[in-house]
Amino acid sequence: MRVPGEIAMTRRRRRRRSVVVGLLVCATAAGWYAGSASRGAGQVDAQSSKQSTANTRDVQRTVENSPSSMRRFAVSIRKPEGPPRVITGLTDLHGNPVTAACSTCHSTRKPNSTNRTAQDLNEFHGNLKISHGAISCLSCHNGEDYDALKLADGRRLEFTEVMTLCAQCHGPQMKAYEHGAHGGMTGHWDLSRGPQVKNNCVDCHNPHAPQFPKMQPTFKPKDRFLEPPRTAH
Amino acid sequence: MNNDDVPADKPRGTSGPLLPILNQPSTRRTALKVAGAALGLAAFGQAISPLWSIPENISVDEFLQRHYKELSDDDKQRIFRRLEAETKQELGIEVTIFDPPPIPGVRFGYAINLSKCNGNGKCMEACNKENNHHRGVDQSYIRVLEMPKGSMDMEQGNTTYDHAVPQDDKFYMPVQCQQCENPPCVSACPVEATWREDDGIVVVDYNWCIGCRYCEAACPYHARRFNWEEPEIPADEVNPNQGYLSNRIRPQGTMEKCHFCLHRTREGRLPACLEACPTGARVFGDLNDPESDINWVLKNKRVFVLKEELGTRPNFFYFFDS
Repeated sequence: MRVPGEIAMTRRRRRRRSVVVGLLVCATAAGWYAGSASRGAGQVDAQSSKQSTANTRDVQRTVENSPSSMRRFAVSIRKPEGPPRVITGLTDLHGNPVTAACSTCHSTRKPNSTNRTAQDLNEFHGNLKISHGAISCLSCHNGEDYDALKLADGRRLEFTEVMTLCAQCHGPQMKAYEHGAHGGMTGHWDLSRGPQVKNNCVDCHNPHAPQFPKMQPTFKPKDRFLEPPRTAH
Repeated sequence: MNNDDVPADKPRGTSGPLLPILNQPSTRRTALKVAGAALGLAAFGQAISPLWSIPENISVDEFLQRHYKELSDDDKQRIFRRLEAETKQELGIEVTIFDPPPIPGVRFGYAINLSKCNGNGKCMEACNKENNHHRGVDQSYIRVLEMPKGSMDMEQGNTTYDHAVPQDDKFYMPVQCQQCENPPCVSACPVEATWREDDGIVVVDYNWCIGCRYCEAACPYHARRFNWEEPEIPADEVNPNQGYLSNRIRPQGTMEKCHFCLHRTREGRLPACLEACPTGARVFGDLNDPESDINWVLKNKRVFVLKEELGTRPNFFYFFDS
């Protein structure tokens, strides 16, 4: 049996609850209205963008429909421009530096197959840094035509084909290179969608001192647990 | 129970005024009622006050946006156009937001040759630029660890080295998202804002993420990043080629992670970090293609994965030249 005071309290509670419920209903209704309004606005956008959607799909379909077996883009290897030119230190009438082909000097000099280091050279190339095993200059340079290179079996090789020369000794590297596991590249991994360009040996390695040089790191992310946070959070 | 106790002058039912409390005699009880009602209203207002700040930060459209997987193509186009317009408004530049789907039958794999990597950090820089990272903290999805030779304990790795590299007694190990087959971050997410796609890439719906950072704690590779601040990117440095699930400018308070540059790789292109690597240490490709570069590495090199004992089954591999 409840006393009258209790009943009043229950009513009061009920009334308060109804106020809260009312407010909640109002809030929900407002939210629904805002949502439907924005959805309405969105529908206009959707209609205007329908055209572009269709276009995007068409493009995708054309890409998907092109059979990968029929179309395969090329893997190209960067190539040096040709025989190197030596800067003579002179300038021509227009002020441009004068360069000379290797053969300009070397055609009048007798090749010396015993030269191995820069110290062996008393006239030119004295500043050249050579650190490439125990090979001599003429292991790679062609004594009969200094504007070209020479393979181990004596065959002439153009400077542009230098990688064939490197691969004679560096077989494992060449094999890895052929499978994308040595040397940098840019472009596409998927050759049905685009071409790929791979670096040449001499893009990264100086042929006279091929060890990859030391580098100075220039970019460091600033992690919060290593440095004082920039913000209050 | 006993209606006779109710005072006769009290208005009741539908015949009463709108606010019956106004019509009551000014007794202590009425005063208490008024005070109670005022308190209740104040408490309710306080409770919903965080909602007032929402319009300042996001639009109604954005607030009501559904989960990525529930969006129709039209929804997506509308959202992309909205984000493009917002970037145009804020930074004054034209960007294109698109959402390349996984290529059917492709599963991505990545490998790094630790004999080649010299720790120069160009990959981190490329990631920062490609993926529209916050410039203020030079954010990147990659961290290069300088490790003592002879140890595979990542705890001994140091990311803050600042000297010519490589050092003779160290090796360098870049760590980024390992795109696990069994990703702990995905299981940890309480709102399913992150998931694994068909090509193996684990992605984040930046608009669904609530920023709880559970995934960051769950990842054994420390591969997830949190946007503590609104990203600052100079307008002329913004990469305009933006994937919705990848490198679009992320909002503050969301998690993000490496997505193998899906806006590039799903178009057949190589990831930005691979193209930037001056040592050629990185190999990327399709694990389902037996002729791919990545499969040649898996077949011919002694590859390993990080923290194999955890059973995360990464699609990211490391190897040394023998």
